[in-house]
Amino acid sequence: MGKSNDSSIFSKLKFYGPIIILLIANLNEFDLNYLKPDYFSFNFSFILIFFWSLKNPQQVPTLMIFLCGLFNDVVTSLPIGLSSFNYLLICGVTAYLRNIILRPNFINDWMFFLITILILNSINYLILQIFFDMEISQINYVINLGFTVIFFPLFFYIFKNLQKILI
Amino acid sequence: MVRSRDDFVIAFRSAFLKKKAKDKFSLFTLIIASIVLLILTNLNLKIINNLEKGLQDIVYRISVVASIPEKKIQDYYLKAKDHLAVYELKTKEENLYEKYNAEKLANEYLISENNRLRKIIGEQQLSQDNIIAKVLLDRESPFLNSIILNKGSKDNIELGMAVVDDDYLVGKIVEVNFLTSRVILVTDINSKIPGIIEPLGIHSIVSGSGKNEGTVEYLKEEYYPKINDDLNIFTSGIAGIFKPGIPIGKLKFDNKNKIFSVNFFSDFTQLEYVKVLISNKGDENGQK
Repeated sequence: MGKSNDSSIFSKLKFYGPIIILLIANLNEFDLNYLKPDYFSFNFSFILIFFWSLKNPQQVPTLMIFLCGLFNDVVTSLPIGLSSFNYLLICGVTAYLRNIILRPNFINDWMFFLITILILNSINYLILQIFFDMEISQINYVINLGFTVIFFPLFFYIFKNLQKILI
Repeated sequence: MVRSRDDFVIAFRSAFLKKKAKDKFSLFTLIIASIVLLILTNLNLKIINNLEKGLQDIVYRISVVASIPEKKIQDYYLKAKDHLAVYELKTKEENLYEKYNAEKLANEYLISENNRLRKIIGEQQLSQDNIIAKVLLDRESPFLNSIILNKGSKDNIELGMAVVDDDYLVGKIVEVNFLTSRVILVTDINSKIPGIIEPLGIHSIVSGSGKNEGTVEYLKEEYYPKINDDLNIFTSGIAGIFKPGIPIGKLKFDNKNKIFSVNFFSDFTQLEYVKVLISNKGDENGQK
């Protein structure tokens, strides 16, 4: 009985692996800061949420994504609710994509990802500038966006393999 | 057209309003919740501030725990980097140390060889102390370029002792009183210093000209092609009065008069304190 419970907990942890990774990544401020390269950062959370909510949304419950967003806002000192809003919009876009696309392919996913984060970053920028009077470095935003798009194929490949292990 | 709009609405509604099997809230509800939170944060309400503070306290504590692996990786990375840097530095230092050690040994060998050769040719070993003296008077006579020092026989000053400014030759003692002494400068027309042109090793006599420059005398014409403006002249120590190797000046060829002049290292118009080198006959190793 005990063994069965253990295996059940383990399989649940395995199943919700992506959300645990997202949680750790948000709490860690995952930005490869310790390597100290100038102008190098990418948004790992966006890639993770986009991939998993597109390929297997059951593994990333929306409520958990909402909470991860709140944690991210606290850690990065952003207005509470902003990251949640971004993450949930990604989920919305991927849900819409799932509904309209019959034959998914990588290039389409990549292009949709680019468009999605372009829109998200624009909304982010506008919200922070207009409603919160925050000074934002546009160059940093663009560089972050660029690296996030560049790294998408790599993480897509990694997550695809991880998906096989987790399910 | 109507059909495609209907498809869009259906897809949109399905994406945002339909709840997933295990979800308690729809995507739309959560998006609205985050927008409400954003608005409340912007309004700076007390309740939201308190909620934010509570959330921060919890998240920061969790973040500390969650950051442990990252911090460990960071520490190991920095340690490895430091270790490599230390290793590189150590390798460099070791190479440098070996080089200096080899040079030191070569110098020791040259010094002992030099002393041995001096002993073979019977040259006196001189070791020198010095006395700092103040220049009391600076006679600017066209016939005698000399200075008066505030040290005399009371301070063991003797005739013929070399006088230097820093390490450059200024002149020699020609008159000793109990409390003062006179130095004839190398610029004086009566000054004759045995010199050696280095690195060629050509011996000559440096004479004063009564001006700021000296002349090189008794230099055979066969050496002329070898001599250029980059050569320096030092005391040769041949007379046994000055120790060898005191820098005197730089050689300069006067093309017009076909003579070699010496541009003295020392500026004789600026002398305030000078050193009188007290020569002592030392033992074989050149020590007192």
